[in-house]
This record gives sequence, structure tokens and C-alpha cells, in this order.
Amino acid sequence: MKKKMNGYLMAGLIITGVLLLMTLIGAFYTPYDPTVMSAREKFNAPSFAHLFGTDNFGRDIFSRVLKGSGTTVFIALSTVVIGAVIGTAVGAVTGYFGGFIDEVLMRMNDALTAFPSILLALVVISILGPGSRFNLILALGIVFIPGFARVTRTAFASLRDRNYVESARLMGASSARIMLIHMLPNIFSVLFPALTIGFNNAVLAEASMSFLGIGVTPPDASLGYMLSEAQGMIVAAPWYAISTGLMIILLVFGAGLIGEGLQRSGNSTEL
Amino acid sequence: MLRGSSRQYAADVVPEAYCYMRSTVRRVLMLLATMIIVSFLTYAAFELISGDPAEAMLGTQATPARIAALRRELGLDAPFPVRYIRWLLGFFSGDLGVSYSYKQPVGELIAPKLEVTLCLCLLSFVIITLISIPLGVLSYQQVVGRFGWIHTTLNQLLMAVPAFFTGILISWGFGIVLRAFTPGDFPDLHMDPAGAFRHLLFAAVCIAIPRTAMTVRMMRSTVISEMEKDYVQTAISRGNDRQGVLLGHVLKNSLVPAVTFLAQTMAEIVAGGIVVEQVFGIPGLGRLLVASISNRDYPVVQAIVVILAFWVVLAGLAADLINQCIDPRLRLGGGS
Amino acid sequence: MLEIKDLHVKFHTRNREAVAGVSLTIHDGEILGLVGESGSGKTVTAMSVAGLLPRKQCSYSGEVLLDGQDLLHADRSILRKIQGRQIGVVFQQPMNAMDPLKRVGEQVGEVLKIHTDMDSDARKKAVLEAMEAVELPDPEAVFRKYPHELSGGMLQRAMIAAAIVIRPRLLLLDEPTTALDVTIQAQILELLKWLNAESGISMMFISHNLNVVRKLCTHVAVMQRGLVVEEGDTDDVFFHPQHSYTKHLIEAIPSRKHTAAFGKS
Repeated sequence: MKKKMNGYLMAGLIITGVLLLMTLIGAFYTPYDPTVMSAREKFNAPSFAHLFGTDNFGRDIFSRVLKGSGTTVFIALSTVVIGAVIGTAVGAVTGYFGGFIDEVLMRMNDALTAFPSILLALVVISILGPGSRFNLILALGIVFIPGFARVTRTAFASLRDRNYVESARLMGASSARIMLIHMLPNIFSVLFPALTIGFNNAVLAEASMSFLGIGVTPPDASLGYMLSEAQGMIVAAPWYAISTGLMIILLVFGAGLIGEGLQRSGNSTEL
Repeated sequence: MLRGSSRQYAADVVPEAYCYMRSTVRRVLMLLATMIIVSFLTYAAFELISGDPAEAMLGTQATPARIAALRRELGLDAPFPVRYIRWLLGFFSGDLGVSYSYKQPVGELIAPKLEVTLCLCLLSFVIITLISIPLGVLSYQQVVGRFGWIHTTLNQLLMAVPAFFTGILISWGFGIVLRAFTPGDFPDLHMDPAGAFRHLLFAAVCIAIPRTAMTVRMMRSTVISEMEKDYVQTAISRGNDRQGVLLGHVLKNSLVPAVTFLAQTMAEIVAGGIVVEQVFGIPGLGRLLVASISNRDYPVVQAIVVILAFWVVLAGLAADLINQCIDPRLRLGGGS
Repeated sequence: MLEIKDLHVKFHTRNREAVAGVSLTIHDGEILGLVGESGSGKTVTAMSVAGLLPRKQCSYSGEVLLDGQDLLHADRSILRKIQGRQIGVVFQQPMNAMDPLKRVGEQVGEVLKIHTDMDSDARKKAVLEAMEAVELPDPEAVFRKYPHELSGGMLQRAMIAAAIVIRPRLLLLDEPTTALDVTIQAQILELLKWLNAESGISMMFISHNLNVVRKLCTHVAVMQRGLVVEEGDTDDVFFHPQHSYTKHLIEAIPSRKHTAAFGKS
């Protein structure tokens, strides 16, 4: 794969890098304790002491945003890992072997696309029980499996009859080896953009679910949950909603730019 | 209509209308199959987890005798496939069961909310379509040009804006500050259609923003790839101007993927609607769904999930039928 | 009639000039064969004549004169009046060159719609006549067909009909028979020859196939690496090739002796 650096990729990596670094630091250190309340510091506008201001309990919003994006990013990444690993495995096997299982799984896949992703996540979460971080990850992870399966299946099916795969097969390589060593590296150009899209969908889905009150619940706080809090105090503390919302936008924007950059540099590769 | 002499035209013996009808019938059958799978998955999923609804309904008053009586009353003593078919038949005749928490037929509960949600979805869909198709076609030149990166970046930025965030900002700006509508106080759809429309319009815009950006992007890349095709060269070589090439040839060819994409957008609109209804306090299916999930009111959840899924599947069918009108190659597609 | 003077074309993405100083002339009623391997610049030359060069993506100089009017630097609006009206183009892949969503009849009549103010009945009549002229069976039926419903050979006939329906002065044929099988190829060549004889339309015929060129063309120009290395009367070039590349090409024709014996008659 010819990797050509371009502006989108660069900008995306910088934005995402800074945000991830911030959340990583936020996991260990925040300027204030995000849960400590202070009656005197209620509804402070942004200042040097409180970069993003304070909320109705006098909590420092900057610290809360750092912690909250930590939760959101953690959930989104775990979700993408679950979806990508299982989805890729399913897609690889069905795409490589084809046949009956392929047909059945693809029909099921078709039926699943009838459910909007959040709707499906809601169904899974209502089965698993709402309000737990682990259940949310599981629900969203399951929801993202079909998408990854679809992408990898197409790629594997188109690679299956390539010469180098054929020759590896003739040399007696096992199916597992062919799929892992010979084919998987060749679908990265398809997989990477899919990963960034998956990450974005996961961030948005987590935020939506938590916003609706069926994702992450207190004392755990994620960006979505914080937005639902912020909506209630939009008049008194608009900076709460704005800073939280901007954080979500930047996370998704950064990953989107990376995806855009990858797609553009990947255009020169075949497949 | 043909003299029928030349063998090359054997395909013409089958009239176009017949092909069209046959593939339509095929599509409808596939649609029914998908709907049955979807409803089965939903029903089975909730059957697995919901435990005993009789127990849930009776709550603290549950005694074995009462549970057994209620189970019989609700038809829960029948085996699973029977219950599923009974439920499915009920579904199509409008009998969706009884809500656990509202103790009210689900159909009655849902009907007025369904109206609101459908209005919201359609409104949003219209906004997306009306803006993104022309914009996508018109802006394709800009992307190729020097300032293309501005378009792309703006596009990515708008795609990143979650509908509920815009919703919060809009209900703050237009609702609380400018008083263009009252967030949380949704006018009755029949008593005050204009007020309801205004309320829905703000919500629809929130859903539409990221999806419009996505559709513009998709439309643009379709137009760009169509512009590289050979028939465009032909069109230019015949003396078409840019407008003639774009509107006369490329637009129609770009519509097929666009229609398919817009149908998929319907799923995202439904998803966005669930959240945005919450923000604006619109009494639609989404809010009822979220409340019912929290209350573990499964008959309601089941019904809403299946209805929304059907709505999405129907949008897919509509897209296929429209595409058949646009692209003659899809009409014969019945066989392969 | 058509005069190309010292044409240079260089694409920004390539280092080498695609066309490096080509001068060619086509007189009324002539059929010029432009021969060379792929990448020799023959298609780019034709595109310059047809006004299909992507002007923003290349630099170009020289002149392409159609009856004294320069096409290479002409304004797009002037060019549009000539495209289709004076110059018809037939491409290599009829299946791709047709708009898949429009009925064949409409596409054949498109030139008339752009360049004349005929009403739809008159256009249809003209289209049916053109289809008749290119020997499409049952023109009425073909008129209502979509491209995917026709075979490659029939589509190429339709494309030729579309190019000649308005009676242009010059027909550019970019490997029009390469994508077709051999029997159909021969039929199309016959058709072109007949059109030329009947209406006196000039043609520029691009091909890498010397046999085909020889059957059809009155003149030949051999191109290599963006240059015309040899040109002249078809028979002259074939029997007294001067340039080594031409000799090389002619030798590469399978069963040369056999065809040479036929060709002279």
C-alpha cells in the first residue's frame, strides 16, 4: 500500500492525537476533581481558573469534559474493537469460503440493516439491561459487527481468486494462514477507513444512548450524559453544553479527516 | 407491435411492462420476507429476555393462581411459534397487544405518536433531498478546483455535528431566546398544524444537517466518477455544453446511487428522530420507545421496533421501484 | 480541409509529451489512417481535433485548422458549434460510449437537438434514415431500445448513425472496430467505406491494426512516441516503407505475404 501523506490525514491525526492525549492525561490528572461540588462556584463563566466554566453544582466543566471524553473514547474504542475483530473474522470466513453459510449470514445481514443502528442498540440494551457501561459496550459492539463483516466479506471475496492467493494455496498453505498472512494485509486499505467510520459511529451512538439515559449513568459520566445534564441548564450555563458538544464534534471531525485522508491516499492502491 | 421476424429481438416479445411488473412482484415478496425475518428476530429477542410478563404485570400481587389465570388470558400458555404467528397476525390487523405499564392497547397508544414521528421523518427527508441533490451536482466542480479542501473540510465538520447537540442549541436560541416555539410544549398535530409544523421543522433541520452533508458528499463523488465515464466524452463531442452534459446525462445516471443512499438515510433519520424527539419534547415514537425501554414495557418496545424497521424496509422498496423507473437495466434484473 | 500544424500536447502528470510536433492534413473525401501502438499519441491527436482535450490538465501548442478555423485554442462556445455539427466522433467501446439510461433513438438524434431547430418528428425521421443508412435492421424497434438491449455491433452502427445523422464534414473514428469480433469488424469497415464513397465524408481512422487501415484508408500516418514517423499514400507506405518502425510494424502483420498478394489487386 502506497501511503501518501496528505493534508486531511495530517490534520486529522493532529486533532485526534491532541484529543486522545488530553483524555489520556485526563484519566490520571484533571485540574479539579470532576465530582467535587462547590456552592460558591456555581455557574461560573469560563475563566482562567475554570477554562470551560462551572455547572450548577460548581463542578469544573473542563475536568468533567476530560473525564467524560475518556469514558466516551474508551467505550467507542472497545466497541470498534469488538465489532472489527468479530466482524472481520466473520467477513473473512464467509468471503473466503463462500457457499451456504455465506448466503445465510448475508441474508441475516440484510435483515439487520433494516434496523437503524441506534434502534438495534436500543433493542440489545433493553435485552441486556440499561445503565451499565459494560452492557453498552456489548450492545454497540454487536451492532457494529454486520458493517465490518460486510466490508471485509466483499474484500475477501474479490481477493479470493487472485494469483498470489492461488499460488499460496498451491504451495499448500492452510486456509487460516492464507487469510491471515496473505489476504488480511491487503484489505487494510479498506479496513482502515471503515475503522474510522466505525469509531465515529460509536462515539455518536454512545453519546446518543447516554443522552437518552440508557447508556452510561451516574456516577459514570460520558459526553452524551453530560449533554443531557447540560440541556437542563442551558440558560444558566450555556458553556457546559457548548464545550461538551464541541468535544464530540472534534472527536468525530478528527477521525473523519483521518478517514478522508486514508481514502484519498488509498485510492492509488487497487481493490 | 413488432413484425416479429428477426430473431435478435426475441427479448422484445416480452413487453416492458411485464418485466417491470415481474420484478416489482419479486421485490414485494422479498420485502415481505425481510419483514417476517425482522419481526421474528424482534419477537424472539424479547421472548427470550422478558421473563414472564404476567408476573411483571401483577407485580407484588402475583400469586401462582393469578399468574396462571393471567397467562391464559394473555395467551402465554401456547407454544412459542403459535404465539409468534398469533402476534404477527395481530400486528397486521392492528392488534399489538396490551402495554404493561399503561394497561392500554399498544395500537391506541402508538397511533397518534406514529403520526408525529412519520411527519418528522418525512420533513427531514424532504429537507435532505431538496438541498443535497442540487448542491452535490452543483458543487462537483469546486471539489476538483483549488478550494476543494474547504468544501471537504466543511463537509466533514458538518457530518460530525450530532443532531441532539444542534437540537440543544436550536431549542435554546430559537425556543428560549427568540421564542419561535416552546421546547417541550408540542402543539397538537390536528388542532394546530402550523404550530406543530414549525416545531417539527426545527427538529427536522437538526436531523438533516449531518445527513445532508453526507448526501452532498456522496452525490458529489458520484457525479465526479460519472463525469469520467465514456458517455460524457460522447456527449461533449456532440456539442453539449456543460449544462447539457450535467443535466442531460450525468444527473440521471447519478440518481440511481443517490436514491439508494437516500433510502439508507431513512434509517439514520429514524435513529436521529429517536434522540431529537427527546431534545425537543416531541411526543413521538422515539420518546415512547425510550420510556418503554426504561419501564421494560416489552409489548410497546416490540411494536415500535418492528414498525420503525418496517418503515425503513419500505423506504428501501420505494428506492428500488424508483430506480427501476430510472434505470432500464434494473427492470430486466429479475433473472440474474 | 483539416490541417494539423506542429501540434504539441503535454499532460501535467507525465514527463514526456504525448504529442510532440505532429503535422497532418486531410483533404475532402480522404480517409486518413492513424497507426501506432498504444501510447504513441494517436488518440490524443484525435482528441485535440475533436475538442476533447482536458485543457486544464495539459499544455498544448500548434494549430488544428478546420477550414482555416483554429480549434485548438478556440473558445469553448465556438468549439461547441463545431463539435457534432462539423466533426462526428465514434469511440472504441460502443457499450460505454452510449448513455445507458437513454433510448438509442434519442441519443442518435441528440446532435440534431443541439444543432438544429427540428421538431421531434423531423428528428425521428432523420434518425430513422440514418439508422437505415448504417444498415441497422428494424430501425423503428432500435429507436426505442436501450443500449444494453443491443449487441456491440449494432451499438457501434448506432454510434456511427449518431455521428453522421447531421452530415458532418469529418468523422473521427477511434479504434471503432477493436472491441468487436472479426465478422462484425469487416461489416463496419464495409459500411464506412460505403459512407465515404456515397457522401464524400472525410474520416480520420485510428487503429493499431495495419490490416484494417489498409483495407479502408486512402492515406496512412504512422505514429511513434508522439511523432509522425512516416506518412503518405496507403499503398506507398505499405510497399515502400521508409522508416524502420513502419517496416517493423508491417513485418509484424501475420501472414504478410498472403495479404500482400491480395492487397495489390
